[in-house]
Amino acid sequence: MKIKIARYMGKEVTQKEDIEYEVSLSDATLLEVLNEIKTKQDATLSYSSGCRSSICGSCSMRVNGREVLACAYKVKDGDFVEPMKNSPLIRDLVVDMDRAYEFNAKAKAWQSSIKKGVRLSQENQMLNELQSDCILCGSCYSVCPVYAVNDEFLGPFALTRVWKYISDKRESEPQSKIDAIQTNGVWDCTLCNECTLVCPQGISSKTDIEKLRIRSVASGYSDPSFATSFGSFGGASFDGSPSF
Amino acid sequence: MRSDVLIIGAGGAGLVAAINAHESGAKVRVITKEYPTRSQTCMAQGGINAALGNASDDSVEAHVQNTLKSAHGIANEDAVRHLCESAPDAVEWLDSIGVCFSRTKDAKIAQRTLGGASAPRACYAKDYTGLKILHTLYDRCNALGIEMLSERYLLNLVTHKPTSSDAYIGGATFLNIRSGEVESYEAAAVIVATGGYSRIYDKHSTNSTSSTGDGQAACLRAGARLSDMEFVQFHPTALKGSSILISESARGAGGYLLNSKGERFTNELAPRDEVARAINEEIQKGEGVFLDIRHLGEEFIDRELPQERKLAKLYENIDPVYEIIPIKSVAHYTMGGIEVDKNSQTNIEGLFAVGECANHRVHGANRLGGNSLLELVVFGKQAGVNAAKYAKIFDKTIETKEQVKRDEEFLKRVKEFSNEIGFYEKREFIGDVFYNNVGISRDAKGLKEALDAVYKIQKEMPMMGPKDRSKIYNTNLVEFLEFVNMIELCESVLVCAIERKESRGAHYRSDMLEQNDEKYKAHTIAYEENGTLFTDFAE
Repeated sequence: MKIKIARYMGKEVTQKEDIEYEVSLSDATLLEVLNEIKTKQDATLSYSSGCRSSICGSCSMRVNGREVLACAYKVKDGDFVEPMKNSPLIRDLVVDMDRAYEFNAKAKAWQSSIKKGVRLSQENQMLNELQSDCILCGSCYSVCPVYAVNDEFLGPFALTRVWKYISDKRESEPQSKIDAIQTNGVWDCTLCNECTLVCPQGISSKTDIEKLRIRSVASGYSDPSFATSFGSFGGASFDGSPSF
Repeated sequence: MRSDVLIIGAGGAGLVAAINAHESGAKVRVITKEYPTRSQTCMAQGGINAALGNASDDSVEAHVQNTLKSAHGIANEDAVRHLCESAPDAVEWLDSIGVCFSRTKDAKIAQRTLGGASAPRACYAKDYTGLKILHTLYDRCNALGIEMLSERYLLNLVTHKPTSSDAYIGGATFLNIRSGEVESYEAAAVIVATGGYSRIYDKHSTNSTSSTGDGQAACLRAGARLSDMEFVQFHPTALKGSSILISESARGAGGYLLNSKGERFTNELAPRDEVARAINEEIQKGEGVFLDIRHLGEEFIDRELPQERKLAKLYENIDPVYEIIPIKSVAHYTMGGIEVDKNSQTNIEGLFAVGECANHRVHGANRLGGNSLLELVVFGKQAGVNAAKYAKIFDKTIETKEQVKRDEEFLKRVKEFSNEIGFYEKREFIGDVFYNNVGISRDAKGLKEALDAVYKIQKEMPMMGPKDRSKIYNTNLVEFLEFVNMIELCESVLVCAIERKESRGAHYRSDMLEQNDEKYKAHTIAYEENGTLFTDFAE
């Protein structure tokens, strides 16, 4: 079986190169194939991995243009493996996720205050059980088209995390969370649903963002693009001058 | 770059310590070789023990007694009492910061039974307990603005030893994996929270490939002591082909263990050492061993054990709803680790350790499922608070430049190693040797053979080394350094296992079946002096 891997040896060497490898494994995960290449053929191949069981989020990458976890994807002959998008490439299949991770803090994705003794029913718990399955692999972040036009977008996983806390009965100040996601947040999403399609945990950030929009509207916020396109709802008028 | 408290490792233990040190007023910095949510903690599935009595009657005393029984005489009762008494508060705290525990019909935290427990005591979140705890801790650290630095690999701890007093810590050095540069971080107090060393068993382990014992090896080099290193827990049920964990909760919920004839052969809910041995004996007899959860039904499996179903399908092409799952027992948790006192401090002033890398003497010879997540919350808090306290009154000078220079020279030398022997092959080889000779059943001859193999590798080390000599994100180099650490720990595991001429918990000697309390109801201690390893027994 042959697979092709997009190689890039880091800043010291500028050119990128697609290299083909042949391995004799069958019915193997991509991570098993990468390990085989690294330990037996080419020790310079770089990628991240950890748990092998789709829970640590380390081995996210793209195969044939689609985000996958290498440990959960069964390799097929002719597959083309590339690093994730929207994050600076460090080397080979490794990207720098620091900036992506920082959006969790920018979106204030945490419970505002510590609250003891709140009784959650099974229904309460089910409200955000799925969202708290997130493994921060960054697949949704890589596939998101918004970063092509706005690199300050809080992004799918951070907004899902915000929904996780806002929907939680233990959160005592949901309003402050809603306030924090108005700029570069819920309204910048195009609702293209790509994030949903690549999530290995079956989470739909798009749906979570829609729910956050409804909560935002209920709190008196409105879609700023809607406001601008119709001129005078308290935003800027057509010529850009402030309107009152 | 100086902080009051430097925490190495961003798993559950490290992050709990960070939160508590921060809340005690310290300037905290966390450094990890991965990212803060990618540690071994996320793989914990079963739950976290606390005698809440939400599912049926339970008591702190029963939790204490179950833990002590499983520890086979070498747990510290005071430490165990502290662990179990603090458990309800620990779970309440996790609940208060937003962990999504599963709930009962009457809106309490749901609990289930794990092996060796007299009551359903493990609070859980589906089979994602560790994941949800770890991510909530990470969110909490963000809320507090705690600095977390990723992809920096621990090289060495920096200690100072003025002639007139004991050694004290001053920081640590790291390889910045991205830049390839050696960096130093000075701190008054350092907390090592780097996880266990189960990967010495290589592919015969449920663990993340990151569980390579970096912290223990660095502590050993710095003059701290390790204890009970021979006690390694084998998890009864891992997938046969891939060593992927199938949670104990599958048996807690009523799963059976079957041999090839379809017969049950053991009490599925005995402590892990007993179940693992029973499975091993069947396999020795030539039987295949299987986990059967078909009778639990699809709805239950999807609700309570969704990961198990997914992983069995992926790795074994088996759907546990309809088929029995082929399993074996593999290395899962290392009870031994960095020796600490009742304040979580090592014998080096200002150097603390917590989590799987440390030995708080609560697990003894065999850990109970559900006690390790608990341990990292209870002792993470203790380590964080005490490190902050120590840092506040710290008034000594720190200097890390010398160590940086030594590490740079070391890395340069390593990159010049001759590469006649491939270390990946040796890593796999020693993993096989450990699984066969230092695994569920051991004897003097096998241990001696393994030690010879380790010595041989130590000698051959300069003939290995990384093939990749580049600077940027050199994982080949990092994996070689991990291998060096693991080989260092392999020696201490073996020397301790050879010295302990008895069977106790996870340390089962087929040539010495009796537990000998008169001679060995004690802790094995390993330490290094001038590069030579010594062992001893201590109370």
